[in-house]
Amino acid sequence: MIRVHDVVKSFGALPVLRGVNLVLAPGRVTAIVGPNAAGKSTLIRCILGLVRPTGGTITLADGRDVRLPASRASLGYMPQQPSFPDNLTGHEVLAMLDALRPDIVPDSTLLERFQIAEQLHKPVRTLSGGTRQKLSAVIAFRYRPSLLILDEPTAGLDPLAASVFKSAIVAARDAGATILLTTHVVAELAVLADDIAFLMDGVIPFAGPVAELLRETGASSLDEALVTLMQSPAASVPVAALQTVDVSRARMHGGANR
Amino acid sequence: MTAIASGPVGRMELAWIIAAHQSRDVVRKRWVMAYAAGLFVAGDLMLRLAGSGPSVLVSLLNVVLLLIPLIALVLGAASLYSATEFTELLLAQPISRRSLFIGLYCGLTVPLAAATVLGLVLPFVFERALDATTAPTLAMLAAVSVLLVCVFTALAFFVTICVRDRARGLGVAIMGWLGLAVLYDGLVLALASAFRDWPIERGMLAAMVLNPIDLARTILLIRVDAAALMGYTGALFRAAFGTTSGVALAALALCLWVAAPWWLSARAFDRRDF
Repeated sequence: MIRVHDVVKSFGALPVLRGVNLVLAPGRVTAIVGPNAAGKSTLIRCILGLVRPTGGTITLADGRDVRLPASRASLGYMPQQPSFPDNLTGHEVLAMLDALRPDIVPDSTLLERFQIAEQLHKPVRTLSGGTRQKLSAVIAFRYRPSLLILDEPTAGLDPLAASVFKSAIVAARDAGATILLTTHVVAELAVLADDIAFLMDGVIPFAGPVAELLRETGASSLDEALVTLMQSPAASVPVAALQTVDVSRARMHGGANR
Repeated sequence: MTAIASGPVGRMELAWIIAAHQSRDVVRKRWVMAYAAGLFVAGDLMLRLAGSGPSVLVSLLNVVLLLIPLIALVLGAASLYSATEFTELLLAQPISRRSLFIGLYCGLTVPLAAATVLGLVLPFVFERALDATTAPTLAMLAAVSVLLVCVFTALAFFVTICVRDRARGLGVAIMGWLGLAVLYDGLVLALASAFRDWPIERGMLAAMVLNPIDLARTILLIRVDAAALMGYTGALFRAAFGTTSGVALAALALCLWVAAPWWLSARAFDRRDF
C-alpha cells in the first residue's frame, strides 16, 4: 500500500501538485488519469523518489518513506521511454540490476513469455524499440514487486506482447501487488483499472472505483466519464466524489467493480 | 512474495556494481577507443619524428592539456546526458543516491583514465623509448593526466546535474573547455601586461591555482625544467615555491580541483529532482 498525504510540489513559482491525497490499495490496479500537464508525471516521480515533494509525505503501509532506498527493493518501475546503456547487452543490463538485489531470486516468467532471451545477447543499441520495451517490462516484473508503477506501459508493444503484458499485470494484482498505471488508452483502462484517480490542476477531485466514477458522472462508458470530468471545473465535480480520495475504500466495502 | 537468495549488500558494494557495468559500457564507446588510439598515434608519431623521450613528453603534454579537458568535459557530458533516462531507472532501484553517484562517476572516470594512461604509455613501450630519464617523467605525465580526467569528469557531472537542457549543458561544457584550455592564459597574460607596474605576483599565482590545466602544465614543466615553456604564471610559481615544493603544492591544488567539483556534484545529485 502507498499513502500519499497532502503532497505539494512546485517548480520555482509554478505549483504542479497542490495537495494530493491518495491511498493506493494492495491487490488493485489504480490508474492515474487526467489532461495533459495535470501533474501525472510529477506525482509518479514523487512516488518513485525521483522528485522531492515541496510538502506532504508519501509512505508505505509500514509508515516508511518511499524515498528510502530499502523501500524500493519491492518496487517495479516501467518508464514511458525505455533507455539502457547502448553498449551493454540486455543480459548485462539484467545482471547489473540483479546484482543490486542479491537477496531476491529473479523471476524470469515474463522473459520466457516474451521469448526475447536470445535477442538479449545483443547490445541494446541493436534492439528494436519493441524489444527494449519488453526488456523494460521484464525488469519491472523481475523482482516480484509488491508495488508496480507502469507509465504508458503498452506503448510500442505488439498486440501479442501487450496481451502477455496485461495478463502479467492481472496476475501481479491477484497476487496482492499494488499497481499504479498511467495510460491514455481508455480501452486499456477499462480492461485493467480497478480504480481511477483523476488528477487535474494538481489536485485529485475524484478517486474511486470505476463503477463509482460512472455513477457519479452519469456516464455510460469510461470514455464518456473521463471527458465529463475533464470538461468540468474541479469545483463542479460532485461533492461526494470530491471527498473520495481513498481508493482502498472499494476494497473495504467489498466492492468488486470489474 | 519475495524469494530470498543471499544477504544484503553494502553501500560501496552497490557503487562498485554500478561502476563495473558502467565501465563496461564506456570502454565499448567508439569515442573512447578513438581517444585512446589518437593518443597512441600522436605519441608514436612524435617518438618516430622527434626521437628523444623528454622532448616528446613536452610535446605530448601540450596535446594532453588540450585533449583531456575536451574529451572528459564535453564528451563526458554528452555521454551523461544520453544516460539520463537510465539513471532515472537506476534511481528507482534500492540504491542510495550517493552510492549511485559514486558508481556513475567511477564508471566514467576509470575507463577514461585507463584509456589515457594506455594511450600515453604504450607508444613509449612499443618504441622502446623508456629510459631512466623518461620513465619517471612519463609516470608523472600519466599521473597528472589521470588527475585532469578526474577533474573534468567531475565538472562534466556538475554541468549535467545543474543544467537540465542537453543543448545548453553541452554549450556550457564547450565554453568551459574553451575558457580554461584556450582563453585563460591569454586573459592572464593580458591582465599581467595591463597591470605590469603593479605588484600582481600574488594575483597571478592565484590565477594559476584557479585553472587546473595551468596547474598540470606547471607540475610537468617544473619537473622537466622547461622554464621557457612554463609561461608567465608557471615561472612565477617556480620562483615563489622552488622545484620540489612547487610540484607538491601544485599537485595538492590539483587534488583540491578533483575534490571540489566532485563534492559539489555529489551534493547536487543528492538534491536534484529528476
